[in-house]
Amino acid sequence: MLYEQRTEVDAVRRHTISVLVDNEPGVLARVIGLFSGRGYNIDSLTVAEVDRAAHLSRITVVTSGTEQVIEQIKALLAKQVPVRRLADLTVEGEVVERELALAKVTGDRLRLIDALRVADFMGARLVDRTLETLTFEVTGSSEDIDSFLRLLEPVEVSRAGVVAMARGTRTLTPDG
Amino acid sequence: MSDAQDLAPPTTATLNGAEVVLKALVDQGVEHVFGYPGGAVLPIYDAIFKQNHLRHILVRHEQGAVHAAEGYARTTGKVGVVLVTSGPGATNTVTGLTDALMDSVPLVVLTGQVPTHMIGNDAFQEADTVGITRPCTKHNYLVKDPEDLARTMHEAFHVARSGRPGPVVVDLPKDICLNKAPYLAPEEVPHRHYQPKRLPAPDRIERAVDLIARAQRPIFYIGGGVINAGAEACETLRELVRATGHPITQTLMGLGAFPASDPQFIGMLGMHGTYEANMAMHGCDLMICIGARFDDRVTGRLDGFSPRSVKIHVDIDPSSINKNIQVDLPIVADCGEALKAMLACWRQKQYQKDEVRLAPWWHTIKGWQARNSLGYRKSPTSIKPQYAIERLYELSKGKDVYITTEVGQHQMWAAQHFHFEEPFRWMTSGGLGTMGYGLPAAMGVQMARPDGLVVDIAGEASWVMNMQEMSTLVQYRLPVKSFILNNSYMGMVRQWQDFFHGNRHAESYMDSLPDFVKLAEAFGAVGLRATTPDELDDVILEMMAVDRPVVCDIVVDRAENVYPMIPGGAAHNEIMLAPEDPDLPIKGSEDGMPLV
Repeated sequence: MLYEQRTEVDAVRRHTISVLVDNEPGVLARVIGLFSGRGYNIDSLTVAEVDRAAHLSRITVVTSGTEQVIEQIKALLAKQVPVRRLADLTVEGEVVERELALAKVTGDRLRLIDALRVADFMGARLVDRTLETLTFEVTGSSEDIDSFLRLLEPVEVSRAGVVAMARGTRTLTPDG
Repeated sequence: MSDAQDLAPPTTATLNGAEVVLKALVDQGVEHVFGYPGGAVLPIYDAIFKQNHLRHILVRHEQGAVHAAEGYARTTGKVGVVLVTSGPGATNTVTGLTDALMDSVPLVVLTGQVPTHMIGNDAFQEADTVGITRPCTKHNYLVKDPEDLARTMHEAFHVARSGRPGPVVVDLPKDICLNKAPYLAPEEVPHRHYQPKRLPAPDRIERAVDLIARAQRPIFYIGGGVINAGAEACETLRELVRATGHPITQTLMGLGAFPASDPQFIGMLGMHGTYEANMAMHGCDLMICIGARFDDRVTGRLDGFSPRSVKIHVDIDPSSINKNIQVDLPIVADCGEALKAMLACWRQKQYQKDEVRLAPWWHTIKGWQARNSLGYRKSPTSIKPQYAIERLYELSKGKDVYITTEVGQHQMWAAQHFHFEEPFRWMTSGGLGTMGYGLPAAMGVQMARPDGLVVDIAGEASWVMNMQEMSTLVQYRLPVKSFILNNSYMGMVRQWQDFFHGNRHAESYMDSLPDFVKLAEAFGAVGLRATTPDELDDVILEMMAVDRPVVCDIVVDRAENVYPMIPGGAAHNEIMLAPEDPDLPIKGSEDGMPLV
């Protein structure tokens, strides 16, 4: 740090930012490098092509910071050459956020039966089974998934990160 | 030829990739390319050999090529172009790319790459150039398909020069250059999405102008963005500042945007800026920042920065706004467009310069100016570095002068004591602070301004870092003058060690320096030396008279420090002036150690 002993009086808040980018090589590295190079947090990050014909990918990044940091992150993202559009879903209104996770449980019969009960109760889907293992798929808000995993106590977890979209008529498309 | 080929639609792919690259450069208005050949770019060099449109300047180190292109770009406003090979050729450009990114210099750097099928195989002279240069470029490209080549070339220029200018790397695998590729003219390239906003919001301009018209203690704080916006923007700035009668200060990068001789100009601000500029920044009630970015060397301690002012910030880069300092009225726009709109609004509202309102403010500023913060004690026996620059300024007045610098004490003295009336005549490494910038940058400037007097005001330590370019200067008969203020120290390092590290001069003394006069002669240039003040004028006059590269070894006082100084961690009003008796030893403190 330079001169500032900036006291963090501003509240740190979690933001979900969706970015439409040209799907060109290195675009993800560019976005990640922007965060790591300036010391910003990435809580979760998902990326996939959403329009093959137009070569557009959508990146959803969950980050946390003070209002000033979030403004800076958005300005830095928006000026990247491959970035077409950007929306801070957290501040722009109501939002749907979903995450997907796979969770594997191992153990004896009793343990597996117990896991099936938890899964049933939490709305998780069984996607693979052996005599010793069960693998569940669960979707929901990050909090839903957190509590499912807390109850399930799996041996292995794979989470996909947050995907998000504004509720209602607002859209994030390349033209508006 | 087979029937299938006969029946194929006519294609424009009669050029190979290397020829497409050159045609794109020519169509983009490029005349000069600074470069260094190597295996991966041989096809491009072969194409250069066969044409007469582009002039290639063979540097002696790739870092020199990038700084030369920076100098060229900063004096012409055009995009500077560099051509280097893969691997070490590309990695040697990294310092220059970072420098250009920090100082917003438009560059297109073409790097060779191993053939596409060998990428990732740890091939000879392979480096992950796009990976390495991603954080130090505005944007970069790896061309993997000949179909993309022409479009990528034109786009690189568009990105480099649009919005906040910056360096763009295009990585060109060897097979892409050898194989046939279709050419597209710039106007045939499909519409780009990258279109930064240039025009200001009219309501914000109106609010800004209202504030400007009402302020009691205003100051214009002008940065390099105005120079990047062009000559017309600088002209509009002059009209606006004169129409308002407000004082104006400029950053290191902004020098020349407004004429130094104008009484409204109160000097550079920042760590080594004038007392009056810094005090005015601290005490103002309205700060009109245009094309500057509240750099830490300008602001000093953030919580002590201009505490009572309303701040207007015009910048084309939205991420520069509210980054270090929260401002009250942000205006995202090209500085030239914003200035034009402000001036039009000022006139339309028929605002007038109000000398009565501003009189107390100017009175206060005149009081600060009376402290003569750039003053120094002259010596009859040793050359004071400030004096050397003053003499260079006086003796070169009226000539077509361009100044570059290296980084350190000499750079600050040059900024303080060489005065610029016009933009595009002052090329220095501001953001990155790259020692070794000045000599190659001067080379680029001289290439663009063949009849200009181009002087690299240097320190001996910095100059040695890229002195290999003397060889380039001699080869191309570029009569660049190196004006080396030789104090045998890394002077700024020594100054900080004195101030903040208990006077312990760890590794800042330059032992075994070359004899610069003999060194110049060894390169085939002219070497001159001055060791006493009475020799100085003759050396400067001879330096200017010789139409060849000259190296002047100006042996200066070793103990001189740069004043005024805002020590790191201090606010503008805590600025230190030169001590009454400069011969007293500096009372070293270690309080400043953690500062940058």
